[in-house]
Amino acid sequence: MEKIKTLADLKKMQENLRAKIDLREKSAQPETHIQVKVAMATCGIASGAKEVMEAFVEEFSKRNIDAVVTQTGCMGYCYAEPTVEITKPGQDPITFGYVDVKKVSKLIDKYILNNELVDGIIPVNYQSIDKH
Amino acid sequence: MGKIKYHMLVCGGTGCHASQSDQILKKFETLIHDRGLENEVQVIKTGCFGFCEKGPIVKMMPDNTFYTKVKLDDCEEILEEHIIKGRKVTRLLYENPETGEHVSDSKHMEFYKKQIRIALRNCGFINPENIEEYIARDGYQALGKVLTELSPEATIEIMKKSGLRGRGGGGFPTGLKWEITRAVKSDQKYVVCNADEGDPGAFMDRSVLEGDPHSVLEAMAINGYCTGADKGLVYIRAEYPLAVERLKIAMKQAREYGLLGKNILGTGFNFDVEIRYGAGAFVCGEETALIHSMEGLRGEPTVKPPFPSESGYLGKPTNVNNVETYANVPVIINKGADWFAKIGTERSKGTKVFALAGKINNVGLIEVPMGITLREVIYEIGGGIKNDKEFKAVQTGGPSGGMLTVKDLDTPIDYDNLIAAGSMMGSGGMIVMDENDCMVAMAKFYLQFTVEESCGKCSPCRIGNKRLYEMLEKITQGNGTPEDLDKLRNLSQVIKDTSLCGLGQSSPNPVLSSLNNFYDEYMEHVNLKKCRAGKCKSLMQYIINAENCIGCTLCARNCPVNAITGERKQVHLIDQEKCIKCGACMEKCKFNAIYIK
Ligand SMILES: Cc1cc2nc3c(=O)[nH]c(=O)nc-3n(C[C@H](O)[C@H](O)[C@H](O)COP(=O)(O)O)c2cc1C
Ligand code: SF4
Repeated sequence: MEKIKTLADLKKMQENLRAKIDLREKSAQPETHIQVKVAMATCGIASGAKEVMEAFVEEFSKRNIDAVVTQTGCMGYCYAEPTVEITKPGQDPITFGYVDVKKVSKLIDKYILNNELVDGIIPVNYQSIDKH
Repeated sequence: MGKIKYHMLVCGGTGCHASQSDQILKKFETLIHDRGLENEVQVIKTGCFGFCEKGPIVKMMPDNTFYTKVKLDDCEEILEEHIIKGRKVTRLLYENPETGEHVSDSKHMEFYKKQIRIALRNCGFINPENIEEYIARDGYQALGKVLTELSPEATIEIMKKSGLRGRGGGGFPTGLKWEITRAVKSDQKYVVCNADEGDPGAFMDRSVLEGDPHSVLEAMAINGYCTGADKGLVYIRAEYPLAVERLKIAMKQAREYGLLGKNILGTGFNFDVEIRYGAGAFVCGEETALIHSMEGLRGEPTVKPPFPSESGYLGKPTNVNNVETYANVPVIINKGADWFAKIGTERSKGTKVFALAGKINNVGLIEVPMGITLREVIYEIGGGIKNDKEFKAVQTGGPSGGMLTVKDLDTPIDYDNLIAAGSMMGSGGMIVMDENDCMVAMAKFYLQFTVEESCGKCSPCRIGNKRLYEMLEKITQGNGTPEDLDKLRNLSQVIKDTSLCGLGQSSPNPVLSSLNNFYDEYMEHVNLKKCRAGKCKSLMQYIINAENCIGCTLCARNCPVNAITGERKQVHLIDQEKCIKCGACMEKCKFNAIYIK
């Protein structure tokens, strides 16, 4: 190991190392990031939720977008699976149905980056359980 | 598939370590390897999560799923379900004892809701054996900042303004101590970390050293810069092997990265740290005794002044601080004194780590803002008293502290309020007692501890505490008199006033505070020869109720000392002279015929 010679070097090193714990850092404070929750109960998994979740992770990392992607239980919209709930910091969550791998980029381009709504929105009639 | 999607944090603290968390970690690694998931899932060994009651703990990130009491056999299911299928393993989630609901996200657990983690910020979050994880979380930035941007005086000013007070018991203002040590002129000074932690039941300092050793090393270096010392010593008890090991790894890595040693970050500042081992004597936590022990002398205290800041290790100015005190320092430098001073009460700033133990549902390690009430700690974070029993008292400050009772439940916890309530902050032990605990017996328990731990140098402590203990013994055996209660009080006062060191000066506190808060219980022991908690065996009688006894002889056959007589199908009788109050008869009786008087 080469010794760290200056504070600037230490800072540079920290920048590079941040990625290592980035996932933990963001999830400790999900409210300050874009949160994507993919419903992953039996119905969701059967209709491809796992692939959708992976597509989100890949896309975010490719485009360098700070976001937390997690799974949740069944949201109760089995007819519209896979369903995805997206929460942007300071905004109410919006749930999208019939999300497939192809729709992932569209959701990112339109809703996440430009705040434009995309078809397949499920009117929300529940309080997010995570609000407690 | 490219990107890591999951971090699995496996607790590697002493508690979880003892219940196989090491093997669990290895098993996860093997399973992940077998399935070719190395690029998706990363397993990380961390320090203590604090919720030791439910260990071993495995926490899944990014969804914060908190798996409790994980066994080796559960690993496969967690991997299959959580990672591969994306479903939570419900049976391993924490169950809210009141609603019976499973809570998956640790953020929603009562245990964590009111906690603020400053000293424990990295415990249960980073791998303590990897300096890079510490650096990624602002590690050594505070040291870098003071070395390049701040003078020692300016740094001390920040410490003073933050209001941080010593977490080792006394609560002395940390910035002021640094200033005093700085002011003394000397060719050599020392920085000492007190990791003796002798308070029974306490494991705050151990957890910090196991979970985040670099934060202590960084703070010691900052202290060295401020006080003008280039040498640090960590005094740690040899009974903490895991903490010692992690500390050693941390020191080695810090040297390799140039963060300890000569010319740190090219600033010309030199600082290095050594470990000194203690043999686990309570008195060696007292700073003068600690210093003598490090010098190779007997671990006995000496009179203050001179304070260690003036004349300490080898007669040189020595700044002694506690582990938890140090763990707060880098955060204060990074986030500023004002940020820190916003947390807490008027005269006690920041947070305090407590080790919750005793008759409480959630035993574990917690960090809470100063000013929180005992009620919040016991009923919200602690989940209430075990088995729905009645709360009776809580001992803070270990053997040097006192008991707080129902009347103190809503008092904001800080240094001054605890002293006003007849106890003290101490290092952070919190032992909760319920209606089945006898306060006289509790006082006796603590006195027994001090009698054993007294170094014997001065007579009030060596002899006085022994006499106190004997009087308490007499009372619990049913031979006490009302005069004994006065004698207890007087002798306690004398010991407090005349002992040489903090051990003797505080050892009568459990006696005095139980006398003050539970005088009627003492009176019952003395006058009625009764122990309402049923703890003092000499005051109990096992009696056979003639109406319920059918003469089955089961009790007589189970009595280890043959104290029970009676013919078959005749009412039995317990010979009180012979009875040793073991309770075996009552346990065995199927007819509810035996009771305690
Ligand atoms: C009997 C006795 C035991 C003590 N044990 C400890 C201990 O285990 N750890 C500790 O940090 N301080 C302990 N102290 C307090 C130390 O003497 C000293 O005040 C403290 O280490 C200073 O650090 P601080 O200002 O950061 O709290 C003890 C004091 C007494 C009288
Ligand atoms: S008070 Fe007790 S522990 Fe302290 S010096 Fe005297 S005998 Fe030793």
